[in-house]
Amino acid sequence: MRGSFGPILLILAGLVALWYAAAVQMNVKEVLTQAERDGAVITPASAAERRDAGRWGLVFGNLEHLGATWSSERSRLPAPHQVVAELWDSTWVEETTGRRGIVRSGSLSNRSLVYHGGVTLGATALGFVIGALAGVLLAVGIVYSRVMDMSVMPWAIISQTIPIVALAPMIIVVLYSIGLPGLFAKAVISAYLSFFPVVVGMVKGLRAPDHMQLDLMRTYSASKSDTFWKLRLPASVPYLFASLKIGIAASLVGAIVGELPVQRGGLGARMLGGSYYGQTEQIWAALFVAALLAAMLVWFIGWVERRTLHAMGVQP
Amino acid sequence: MDTEQDKNKMREQSVVKASALDLTFQTNDGPVHALKDVNLEIGKGEFVSFIGPSGCGKTTFLRCIAGLEQPTGGEISVNGMTPDEARKARAYGYVFQAAGLYPWRTIGGNIKLPLEIMGFSKAEQNERVTRVLELVDLAGFEKKYPWQLSGGMQQRASIARALAFDADILLMDEPFGALDEIVRDHLNEQLLALWARTEKTIGFVTHSIPEAVYLSTKIVVMSPRPGRITDVIDSPLPKERPLDIRDSPEFIEIAHRVRDGLRAGHIDE
Ligand SMILES: Nc1ncnc2c1ncn2[C@@H]1O[C@H](COP(=O)(O)OP(=O)(O)OP(=O)(O)O)[C@@H](O)[C@H]1O
Ligand SMILES: [Mg+2]
Repeated sequence: MRGSFGPILLILAGLVALWYAAAVQMNVKEVLTQAERDGAVITPASAAERRDAGRWGLVFGNLEHLGATWSSERSRLPAPHQVVAELWDSTWVEETTGRRGIVRSGSLSNRSLVYHGGVTLGATALGFVIGALAGVLLAVGIVYSRVMDMSVMPWAIISQTIPIVALAPMIIVVLYSIGLPGLFAKAVISAYLSFFPVVVGMVKGLRAPDHMQLDLMRTYSASKSDTFWKLRLPASVPYLFASLKIGIAASLVGAIVGELPVQRGGLGARMLGGSYYGQTEQIWAALFVAALLAAMLVWFIGWVERRTLHAMGVQP
Repeated sequence: MDTEQDKNKMREQSVVKASALDLTFQTNDGPVHALKDVNLEIGKGEFVSFIGPSGCGKTTFLRCIAGLEQPTGGEISVNGMTPDEARKARAYGYVFQAAGLYPWRTIGGNIKLPLEIMGFSKAEQNERVTRVLELVDLAGFEKKYPWQLSGGMQQRASIARALAFDADILLMDEPFGALDEIVRDHLNEQLLALWARTEKTIGFVTHSIPEAVYLSTKIVVMSPRPGRITDVIDSPLPKERPLDIRDSPEFIEIAHRVRDGLRAGHIDE
């Protein structure tokens, strides 16, 4: 474990450097226009020529005016330290010193990413539970019923080929209009994305016992339910956890997508709000919180997996 | 000697009776005659070995006895019932080539598996686990997981599992096939002791001539394509068999006969 920290840091440093370079290139046009407005001399001088010039050409022609590419307010691509600052401001600073922060108001601020992360987390968790349960039940049906085996799987696959961004607004609108709470609408989309990996993994897991193990059960004249509870289900546990890890990440994506069409909180709402108002820092900050959330969720499933397998006596 | 009398007694109580048994598998490459016109009677308390080249139907015959395979012709009865009925009456325990212990259950838990399914009480389960573990010389390993045991110990545990519910018949398909010779010798000795103590009827598939001769009261020699019985040898060896009986002239003579039977099966083709 310890030995791998060096390479990880190296790659991280490389990515950050690349990001800074990209920020220069992405923001150069706007920064130069602003500098010209402030009276600086830009090469080439005419706006038309600048439009045709490559971005890198502009960068190297105007090295002395580039400072602002890492600090401008409304950059196309904010620099890493700007995103970090935004993250800090919209979590710790907002909650501790903001008027609506938890310290002063007693409840989480609706301008803080802690609050929005919590909203998304709630929808993710609910959606994941629904999706995982549905996935497991469908898998059991598929394994035990030939009719379901032939009918459910194709539909499950088709369901995943429909782009979720196209489907999400329809689901949201329908569920809102029949009066269901927003949390539930988001959870439905979240479940829609997470049930599929669980179905696939569980079907494989429930079919994992080989002929010999099934024959052994037959020599005991075991009932179907005995075979399920004592053989198929325990044998499927490693498969289940592998697919739960994929499922929970998909759940998070689903919850965020579900938050896009309605501006009622959540990381998805922050991302879309940020893009409406050109606040790229806000988008990036929300993105990082989402990534952090995903990492935590997958780690959590991994932790439950380790505990479960340990309790089942699997070789450490 | 009283062996003649013994044998007569066994014949009276035949446990497995197959007559004109046929089994043809329909495969994509056409029919495979796994068993053809197999006639065999196994008496109570006999130790019967099945030996023959790969594909001669040893496994298939054992599976027919266990009701895991449906014959396409002929008759087979177990304890006077159909194999299916016999299975429901818990007539036999089956030991597969691989131990097939569930990795998520302890050794004790694995042995309890059939007991749970058959509805034994908790107290009875515990009592039986202790008893069969002693029988296979694994006392004290109840709480260990399969991966903590050697291959030979795992196979012994799987035999204990088959013994746990007191079936009269033990069907074993190359149970020691994957083990080295020394472990195998040891397990063979233990198996004989167990057989003597429990008076079970045992059907045992093997590829090894010495193993078959050492263990059996009856050796069934089979040959492939179609799978059939070419020779049935009743062993004159006494029930009490120390390992060095394998150097005795009687032993060597039976081994010869088995080898000849196997060779004849091959020349037939
Ligand atoms: N389920 C099946 N479907 C089709 N053919 C089968 C099936 N089971 C066995 N056979 C065929 O029946 C024949 C006998 O097989 P069997 O497994 O009984 O042989 P065996 O004597 O046990 O061989 P081995 O010593 O290799 O275990 C073989 O030709 C095999 O290919
Ligand atoms: Mg075989």
